[in-house]
Amino acid sequence: MNATLLHTEATAACWKLMDQICDPEVPVLSLNDLGIVRAIAVKSPPSEAGIIDITITATYSGCPAMDWIANTIKIELRAMGYQSITVNHAISPAWTTDWMSEQGKEKLKEYGIAPPEKRFSIPTDGIPCPQCKSEHTRLLSEFGSTSCKALLQCQDCGEPFDYFKCH
Amino acid sequence: MQQALLDYTLYLADSALILGQRNSAWCGHGPVLEQDIAITNITLDLIGQSRSLYQYAAQLNGGDATEDTLAYLRSEREYKNCLLAERPNGDWAQTILRQFLFSCFQRELYTQLTKEKDTTLAAIATKSLKEVTYHCRWSGEWVLRLGDGTAESHTRLVTALENLWPYTGELFKAADYELAMGLDPAALQTNWLAAVQSTLEEATLSLASLASCFMHVGGKKGVHTEELGYILTDLQYMQRAYPGCDW
Repeated sequence: MNATLLHTEATAACWKLMDQICDPEVPVLSLNDLGIVRAIAVKSPPSEAGIIDITITATYSGCPAMDWIANTIKIELRAMGYQSITVNHAISPAWTTDWMSEQGKEKLKEYGIAPPEKRFSIPTDGIPCPQCKSEHTRLLSEFGSTSCKALLQCQDCGEPFDYFKCH
Repeated sequence: MQQALLDYTLYLADSALILGQRNSAWCGHGPVLEQDIAITNITLDLIGQSRSLYQYAAQLNGGDATEDTLAYLRSEREYKNCLLAERPNGDWAQTILRQFLFSCFQRELYTQLTKEKDTTLAAIATKSLKEVTYHCRWSGEWVLRLGDGTAESHTRLVTALENLWPYTGELFKAADYELAMGLDPAALQTNWLAAVQSTLEEATLSLASLASCFMHVGGKKGVHTEELGYILTDLQYMQRAYPGCDW
């Protein structure tokens, strides 16, 4: 197999791995769903020296999941045979919910979290309830259980729910 | 120039960290659960911002410096945070107003920095600005609620304003490192004041009696109030007691 093909396959395998590692706080979303993996550079495939550079970006500055995510990436890549792994943290361009996959938004809804929607760029009353779809909902707080979420309550089914804020 | 950039980055980092440390004392003590969560989320953002800034400062500093040595092993006189950040939590009104005054300032400051030619500072500012927008809105809403609320909440907010206002002048006085970098914090004052004043007026508070009050300075060049020593004692306890300890 030639070197270019080896690199291409190794890179594709790494992107696939990012589909399997999930956010520890929103465990239905993979790193690819969140859009936080910005670059994967295989410098040498695992069959050779196994050198790789990965660039990730934080959702919010203080997101406590970032260290866990970086470590998990390292552990999984090591299991794939990489010997030298560098995880870079990029600040720019700043992460935005625009990078979240459509599939990710669907998964959020099924999980009971209202996905980010442009028309609700500022959290407000009326964000549809992910349980009963009612728009008769009330904003309880612009801050929720993690940095990326606001807290609402449905006035029809009574269920409190999180809204993944536009960012 | 390199020294000025380092000092300036530390000023930004220290201000965010010290206010974050102050706010963190509310964790588990907020008036209601949702607001406890809100102030601690804001705290997390501030500490996150300070981490990015300290990482950059460590890089500028070179040698063995890391974000941790900068936060945990510098003494009081080496901290460059603005005095406003170290003011005591007081009651909820004072904490809210401190956040509001600071967040409105950060909003102007980071907006200016997004155009800064130093690309790292510009990137950190761009990222942080998204968070600060939430902080301004949340604290602004609380200023309204308290100022235009009950007689008791109004009185408490007036007291907080009298306590905090004398520490706002420093924000707009250029430190040596700002001058060296060609930055003019005074240019931020007009927009800041307009935003602050309009919310305060809506909250039925007046700045009239404070217009010419004495303004404290010093924090930005390392001369602090008595408060900072106690804050650092808490913040740095683990690293001082167990040097180099790690999770």
